[in-house]
Amino acid sequence: MSFLTAENMTGGYGAADILHDCTITAEEGEIAVIVGPNGAGKSTAMKAVFGMLDIHTGSVKLDGEDITKLSPQARVAKGMAFVPQTNNVFPTISVEENLEMGAFLREDDISKTMEQVYELFPILKDKRRQNAGELSGGQRQQVAVGRALMTQPKLLMLDEPTAGVSPIVMDELFDRIIEVARSGISILMVEQNARQALNIADKGYVLVQGRNKFTDTGEALLANPEVRKSFLGG
Amino acid sequence: MEGMEILNALAVFSNYVLVPALTYGSQLALGALGVTLIYGVLRFSNFAHGDTMAFGTMVVILFTWLFQSWGISFGPLPTALLALPFGILVCIALVLLSDKFVYRFYRRKKAAPVIFMIASMGVMFVMNGLVRFIISPKDIQFRDGERFIIKAREFKQMFGLDEGVAIKVTQGITVVIAIVVVIALFWFLNRTRTGKSMRAFSDNEDLALLSGINPDKVVMITWMIAAALATIAGTLYGLDKSFKAFTYFMLLLPIFASAIVGGLGSPLGAIAGGYLIAFTEIMLTYAYKKVAEYMVPGDEWEADSLMQLLSTDYKFAVSFMILLLVLLFRPTGIFKGKSV
Ligand SMILES: Nc1ncnc2c1ncn2[C@@H]1O[C@H](COP(=O)(O)OP(=O)(O)O)[C@@H](O)[C@H]1O
Ligand SMILES: [Mg+2]
Repeated sequence: MSFLTAENMTGGYGAADILHDCTITAEEGEIAVIVGPNGAGKSTAMKAVFGMLDIHTGSVKLDGEDITKLSPQARVAKGMAFVPQTNNVFPTISVEENLEMGAFLREDDISKTMEQVYELFPILKDKRRQNAGELSGGQRQQVAVGRALMTQPKLLMLDEPTAGVSPIVMDELFDRIIEVARSGISILMVEQNARQALNIADKGYVLVQGRNKFTDTGEALLANPEVRKSFLGG
Repeated sequence: MEGMEILNALAVFSNYVLVPALTYGSQLALGALGVTLIYGVLRFSNFAHGDTMAFGTMVVILFTWLFQSWGISFGPLPTALLALPFGILVCIALVLLSDKFVYRFYRRKKAAPVIFMIASMGVMFVMNGLVRFIISPKDIQFRDGERFIIKAREFKQMFGLDEGVAIKVTQGITVVIAIVVVIALFWFLNRTRTGKSMRAFSDNEDLALLSGINPDKVVMITWMIAAALATIAGTLYGLDKSFKAFTYFMLLLPIFASAIVGGLGSPLGAIAGGYLIAFTEIMLTYAYKKVAEYMVPGDEWEADSLMQLLSTDYKFAVSFMILLLVLLFRPTGIFKGKSV
């Protein structure tokens, strides 16, 4: 039994379905990666898992509990956190306030978690008084991930965390994400940089037109000639 | 003596421009803060804000009369200050009712901002009718207590000048209360969890929801603060000038001009905008004859005109012109608010 099991999801934003019978799972402390061409429905699948989208068929289970009917806020309380692809920070409030807002639902002392986030992303500590909107792309992504970690989630969902950052910053971010997974948090991540992402993935999903095209370990997908040819550029 | 002339010119300028503009600017700033907070959180231009000010002020006046009939007074200060908390509470109640019965419906439907704006015009007409019905459309004076902090004559004697600066109690109160309110508001927005969640919500609504911030609570608190600010601004304006429903409706223009010039959604901008509009309006419509006569050396020179750039009849045109210029050249306002 996986920690997250989103099974047979079918649904979309209105009249036409975007997802068709799509299944995504993530194991405890492991990294699951979704790759696929633009417009394949990767972001839509993430939103469906997080309850931001009506799916009329299928179910989402977290740690054995059926959460299909829960609102996104209720899912946050259950231990899920989501970093959207765009607009994932509060631009005109400070970095530290971004982290505080991430922990909005918590009633206990958040200073230790904040310290952990600063240990993971030391640059944020230096910039904690600066508005998040003034930071570079890579630093903003760190704020976004940091904000999501503030709820102490058991499942962290990242939609293209390395979009628009340099290769060096991307490697750096991937290292941090591995570190987060090592601490026992499950990661479900969408990535454009398919090759690098599958390299660190325990499990990979190739999504095409809202359907599961390939599902395997990251290693196996990287070795699969068909996947290489169509999705990894040879 | 040359130095005296300059001091006299300065005194005239202070008396007719500086002090009135500081007062009027404080009133506009408080009004614009309410408009800008609503815009930041609820994302629409609230046309009912002027009439919200009128309603709150009306309640303050009714309580003032009640207290006066009981023989309660506030010494040298206006009784209206004692009535202010009650006016704020009743105004908050009315505004929350308007949200419950009007705006919430459109929020559930995720209506476009322009729909909200039109709905707010409806609320404006209802509030306006309510005020005229309850307290009449007439001009009402409700100031009592001492009139001056310092009289022009006392000022002249104190400094040995030919010209004096009079400071009215209402002017002093306006500036002091505006400062206190602004400090309290910024403390709330920047230091408390609820205030920060308001700013976060204004910044990025979707992410606020993902963080578990309760939108209903944020909206409610924003309305409460806006109603309190409206009542305070309206009461201070009414004490300083007079209360009349129509005047408060007309105040909507300079208040919106202040909020937009400062940058809609930016509290700091609303304050800057309020003073900018007030100073421009008063400086452009003031007759500089006397100031000029003091400033030009030689005793016998007399200005042959009033040296007034614009007739006071055009004071609302000033707000309008500034508004146009800002929208043309810097649509996000001085403090980079949301573009309109
Ligand atoms: N908010 C939305 N409303 C309607 N259609 C959308 C919305 N977001 C995305 N889509 C559509 O859903 C499909 C999948 O988009 P998306 O999930 O963003 O793809 P990906 O993340 O894989 O690039 C696209 O055809 C896109 O046009
Ligand atoms: Mg996407």
